[in-house]
Amino acid sequence: MSAHEPAADPPPAASPAGTATTAPKPEEPGERRSFGQLLRQSVTEGNSFTVTVLAIFAALVVGGLINAFTNTTVLHAWSNLFSDPGHAFGQAWDTATGAYVALFEGSVFNPHTVAALFQQASISAAVHDGYLSAVFGPLSETCVQATPLILAGLAVALPYQAGLFNIGGQGQFIGGAIVATFLGYAVSLPPVIHVIVCVLGGFVGGAAIGWIPGELKARTGAHEVIVTIMLNYIMAYFLSYLLAYHYLMQAPGTVNPITRAIAGNAHLPQLFGSHLRINAGFLLALACALAVWWLLSRTTVGFEFRAIGKNPNASRVAGINVERNWVLVMLIAGGLAGLAGAAVIQGTDFTLNDQSFGTYGIDAITVALLGLGRPLGVVLAGLLFGALHAGAPLMQAATSTPVDMVEVLQAVVVLMVAAPPLVRAIFRLRGGGGSLLVLAKGWNG
Amino acid sequence: MKQSAWAAAALAVSATVVLAGCGSSHSSASSGASGAATTSASASNSGGAAASGTKTLGCMVTDTGGINDRSFNASSWAGMQAAASANSNITVKYLQSTTQSDYTPNINAFISQKCNIIVTVGFLMGAVTEAAAKANPDQKFAIVDCSYKTGCLTGAKEPNIDQLTYNTVQDGFLGGYLAAGMSKSGKVATFGGIELPTVTIYMDGFWDGVQYYNSKHGNNVQVLGWNEKTQKGSFTGDFTNQTKGQTLTQTFISEGADVIFPVAGNVGLGAAKAVQGAGGKVNMEWVDVDGCVSAASYCKYFITSVEKGVTASVKATVQSAADGSFKGGTYVGTLANGGAVLAPFHDFSSKIPSALQSELKTVQSGIEDGSIQTPTKSPV
Repeated sequence: MSAHEPAADPPPAASPAGTATTAPKPEEPGERRSFGQLLRQSVTEGNSFTVTVLAIFAALVVGGLINAFTNTTVLHAWSNLFSDPGHAFGQAWDTATGAYVALFEGSVFNPHTVAALFQQASISAAVHDGYLSAVFGPLSETCVQATPLILAGLAVALPYQAGLFNIGGQGQFIGGAIVATFLGYAVSLPPVIHVIVCVLGGFVGGAAIGWIPGELKARTGAHEVIVTIMLNYIMAYFLSYLLAYHYLMQAPGTVNPITRAIAGNAHLPQLFGSHLRINAGFLLALACALAVWWLLSRTTVGFEFRAIGKNPNASRVAGINVERNWVLVMLIAGGLAGLAGAAVIQGTDFTLNDQSFGTYGIDAITVALLGLGRPLGVVLAGLLFGALHAGAPLMQAATSTPVDMVEVLQAVVVLMVAAPPLVRAIFRLRGGGGSLLVLAKGWNG
Repeated sequence: MKQSAWAAAALAVSATVVLAGCGSSHSSASSGASGAATTSASASNSGGAAASGTKTLGCMVTDTGGINDRSFNASSWAGMQAAASANSNITVKYLQSTTQSDYTPNINAFISQKCNIIVTVGFLMGAVTEAAAKANPDQKFAIVDCSYKTGCLTGAKEPNIDQLTYNTVQDGFLGGYLAAGMSKSGKVATFGGIELPTVTIYMDGFWDGVQYYNSKHGNNVQVLGWNEKTQKGSFTGDFTNQTKGQTLTQTFISEGADVIFPVAGNVGLGAAKAVQGAGGKVNMEWVDVDGCVSAASYCKYFITSVEKGVTASVKATVQSAADGSFKGGTYVGTLANGGAVLAPFHDFSSKIPSALQSELKTVQSGIEDGSIQTPTKSPV
């Protein structure tokens, strides 16, 4: 494919790039070892994947405890602990598990809707009454919620591989959303073309905002963390400005900061009919994850990204244009976050207002962190957080658990993942080099 | 190997717990969801339309402000609770939205729980409420402060949405009358955020109220910042820039106004700062919600607030769903139905002369029974 050997690991930090290809690797990928051996090794050494799974488990336990001990019914039961200890423990257990069961039913699979499906006379009746789609409703919601998280998570994970810490997901999201929305309502195009134009516009809008910190870092050395954070504020206020005047983007005849709805032709098509909200945005997110994986592991550009992420000085000595790669990686990352904006506007919201960016920019960092900065990891982490969001309404409605529980779970997961020694200490794993320690490079770069 | 055994055990335990969680889902979930199940049964028994005597489930989805926002969400939930306490057959519940991506899932969660009516709050939920109403024509909806006429809902009119709007000309009229009565300098002022029907309606009512006071008392209290006849006045240009509100209010104060009525959302906080700076000689009236709740630190400067009667309107729509009289369309809040009211006087209850308070009551009943006609007709 190229003169380099793209699939190989980038040069280790300590040695110059030129010698990397001849230097013996400390550890070969374990093709020859059995699956069982790998599993045991991963457990004993506490590698990143094991730490992540255990972190999620620990978060569930902590979340369950918080839930059980803030519930008034449970607290009342505890006050009668000595007269009826079983009741207290039972209440605590029921409260904690009840919330998780509802969370699961709202995000993956709800046995009640399946039971209702089997009560239907025939499959055609079930389809007609919407029971079949109701069965897949929770999974559909999980995918819908995961779509922007995956795209924005990739926008953090990709620069992370190149040693840059992109905090600017929010600003880039807004940039993409503004362009996609404007093209969505101001332009009239045939069905398929309109969708594509808006999605591309979203990429361009986000890429423009991502390019700024990359260019500033390359030319002046301005730290991308500072610049991206500042741009988040700039873009949020810029959006408010656009939505404050009818001659800019505010919808005519309204007092509210909201745009007109985009044209029907610009909607991302729904994949499984109108009953399920899952739309082509999810496929777009998966395609982008695949593309980022391919870029990083199969192309010269990706090799250079990883090389400058491991050691920019060594890369420069080896003839890699570090500055150009900084600009390029931030450009692509901004585009990915912009796609998240386009996916939200074109897939579910259809209008842009001054709250459309939500917390995607910050959630993206946690998704990338949980996904260990790898494309597949980002997809899985995005699906997990998407499931937490998707299950929250049912959890709140059926068990009256405060919706903040979802945020507690997310926070504890990330806290645990970001502190592998803590998880190792809790579960008594043997220490191993935590890959996430590399994250600190982002702050030094 | 001892430590590895520990870790393996921990993984095994975690797997077991996860599996156990799934396994027990059937039993505990069926108990947890029994409330929803019985509700759905009663709803289907009565053919979806809840006549009086049957159970009614009223459901509310907050916008991102949350349930304790001291504004429309909190007022709406108060209305839901009022409906529930007035009729023991009504139960109410709510779902909070933390981000906009929660709106549709929250609405859908309530649809699947067979809520008899789903109340959504504010313009941000207009589009999703409209879409849900279109997809579920048998589901009753109500949306607070949002209608087709004000441009918040845009598509073909869905008959199953009760749009709750507020004829604030009427309480604006009372606010103007009160302001004129409280003014010592003979000048009062009002200004808007952006020149829109939902803003100028307040200012029209205020202007009308001052003129009515003048005609009753033979006074000549002037209104700065708005003229109902020419439809010209002062606007800050947005609903966020407090500095502009402060500057404009200081201008009015230097021109001699001593009661200020900003109709500009958070810009009003800037006006409150200017009023505070005037050192007690100037007071103001708040808009939309009770200022002593939403901007409590300035309560001592608020003579009253010209409110949208969100609580009363939500209570009414939930009750209409319970007694079968729900018919969608537009609800217009007025003085008579409690959907457009002056807030309690709070700190000013002792400062407003009792004669003026009784005049206000007379004017209010005059508007309610139609003997006093507000010159401006409501645009909502």
